[in-house]
Amino acid sequence: MSSLTMGGRFGKNTTVQSAYDRPNTLTSGHRACQGCGEALAARSAVDAAYRATHGNVAVVNATGCLEVFSCVFPENSWNIPWMHSLFGNAAAVASGVAAAYKVQRRENIRVIAQGGDGGTTDIGMGCLSGMFDRNDDVLYICYDNQAYMNTGVQRSSATPSLARTATTLPDGEYRGNEVHTGKNVPEIAMAHGIPYVATASIGDLHDLETKVAKAINIRGAKYIQIHCPCPLGWGFPTGETIRLAKLAIKSGLYPLFEAEHGELVGSTPIEEKIPVEDYLRVQKRFAHLFGKKANPDAIGVLQNLANKNIKKYRLGGMSDE
Amino acid sequence: MLYQLEGSQALARAIALCRPKVVCAYPITPQTHIVEGLGELVHSGQLQDCEYLNVESEMGAISVAIGSQAAGVRSYTATSSQGLLYMMEAVYNASGLELPIVMTLGNRAIGSPINIWNDHADAMSARDAGWLMMFAESNQEAVDLHIQAFKIAETVKCPIMICVDGFILTHAYEQVDIPEQGEVDEFLPEYSPHIFMDPKRPLAIGAMVSPTDFMEVRYLSHLRQKNALKVIDQVSLEFSAKFKRNSGGLIRQYNVENAETVIVAMGSVLGTIKDTVDELNMTKDGQFGVLSIISYRPFPKQEIRDILKGAKRVIVLEKAFALGRGGILAEEVEMALKGENVGVSSVIAGLGGKIITKEMLKECFLNPMENECFLGLNQEVVNREYRPLVNNDVQ
Repeated sequence: MSSLTMGGRFGKNTTVQSAYDRPNTLTSGHRACQGCGEALAARSAVDAAYRATHGNVAVVNATGCLEVFSCVFPENSWNIPWMHSLFGNAAAVASGVAAAYKVQRRENIRVIAQGGDGGTTDIGMGCLSGMFDRNDDVLYICYDNQAYMNTGVQRSSATPSLARTATTLPDGEYRGNEVHTGKNVPEIAMAHGIPYVATASIGDLHDLETKVAKAINIRGAKYIQIHCPCPLGWGFPTGETIRLAKLAIKSGLYPLFEAEHGELVGSTPIEEKIPVEDYLRVQKRFAHLFGKKANPDAIGVLQNLANKNIKKYRLGGMSDE
Repeated sequence: MLYQLEGSQALARAIALCRPKVVCAYPITPQTHIVEGLGELVHSGQLQDCEYLNVESEMGAISVAIGSQAAGVRSYTATSSQGLLYMMEAVYNASGLELPIVMTLGNRAIGSPINIWNDHADAMSARDAGWLMMFAESNQEAVDLHIQAFKIAETVKCPIMICVDGFILTHAYEQVDIPEQGEVDEFLPEYSPHIFMDPKRPLAIGAMVSPTDFMEVRYLSHLRQKNALKVIDQVSLEFSAKFKRNSGGLIRQYNVENAETVIVAMGSVLGTIKDTVDELNMTKDGQFGVLSIISYRPFPKQEIRDILKGAKRVIVLEKAFALGRGGILAEEVEMALKGENVGVSSVIAGLGGKIITKEMLKECFLNPMENECFLGLNQEVVNREYRPLVNNDVQ
């Protein structure tokens, strides 16, 4: 891993990951694929939470890649209290853990619920919304790799428009996932008026760690959604994970922002804007939009989405105003 | 102390005496009054140090209980019917995780057709879920079983479902003896789990288990259920010694000695059955006895066999059945009696709240059928609606 992805080991402003005493909440030796974005995101997020709470953090994990690759009996990669119940109930289980700590007057132990986009935006949506509604003292982290990767890359409600998945295979006139623009769960979380909502990406680890460290000590319900490119599911070389995440940010397709009590309070301006094509072209899941059957209209749909994001979340910096 | 109370209110008070730290509430008839009652006790300050969560679904209710129990506190929830089915994935999960959650099941039919009245189809749907399951005969027993339930579950490290007949018990007002807090505190020690989510002693709960070890894990759960047979008996004896009344245990006999025919059943219908048997025995010279099954899971196979093998005929009356096969409890009793020369008749009764009267029972007990009987079935309706297959139907 390059010093850049480690957040600049030699710089002044080092990340938790680059520190000599990083907590290693998710240790090496787990079974994630080479180049897994979710493994990096989870380690970065939980390490940051661990540091911000002086080690007083407990995690509830939904079923999915992260659960399967990190804890198969008798092996366990977690150095923290960690629990897995089911696919769709991580938020509610975490509510229970938080309630137990509250009644034991051990609220210094901070609770994280975590899962993939399938476990969050689809099957876990009911329990997640309930947790938000009750404003339970839980930080929910969604590792968003935009499809059901653990079961073999099927569409989720976080799958981008026109992406190829095993259940949205492009064929003839059908261009892959032509449903709509997807389910915007950060905004759904904001609509609950919870204290803190943010998006993050493994393309910006400083930002990711800062947001987790901030969120974990806020009382009440918090939601962070982290963009995690998946080499297997998206079709790109395993060494390109971080670059893909950065391209997504630069294209405007993955806006990084923060919201408090339902109001947008900040966003990360795009330093060097790129056309969405530069991000899409390097992924096999969008290959059907290029080449012989190139489809400028389809790419236009995604460019419009990026433009909308740039305007809505003020990603253009000062020039936006 | 004696109170005139609705069953659900009596249960709310009994559960509060057990000092649960987390209570999850989601409404479903006929269980709702129990969690309403607990809410009142929490919000009025009568039940202190308890987090009361209004959850968004039954899946949320059981999942919050799973999380709080895993974080080291005594947790309680209640459900019925469709609610139990909706949480079923997590019902299995709770037992696999060895979390001693106590849940009341206000027994109700399962639809479609939707029906809010009492039968045991909901409980039977969970019969293989790895929970301990006990059936209350009266509101007094329901109160007593709940106080015993926490102790049993926490000793065995297995969740427990106390089945209480919807409406017939949950909504019935009768005299109930509610113990004093001090007595319950003496009987039920504070919950102190060995394993829970603690940053000082990090551990993983709920790992994936491969084919190498999965069967062993499940078998160990089976052994825990078998251990529960002893624990249920023991806790019932302790309860009797402390509270001076008999409640709980695995099974209960009524006039079984010298009885030629023994009726086997679970839940509130046992009261009607005993009254019927009393009347029959006045004229028939003690021919009928009753065996109450209190602990359905674990199933006290040996105890049932020991009692029933002396009978000539056994009639199993149950409020549920397996469609396409027949009586569920009947088959389990038959298995328990394998090799004994005892005829077992199956009576399916009271589905969806259908009335069960002494007259109906008398006729049924005096003329038991060889195969199964659906008590009170309106054959006219069946004949009108049923169209037998003709050759052309099967292509």
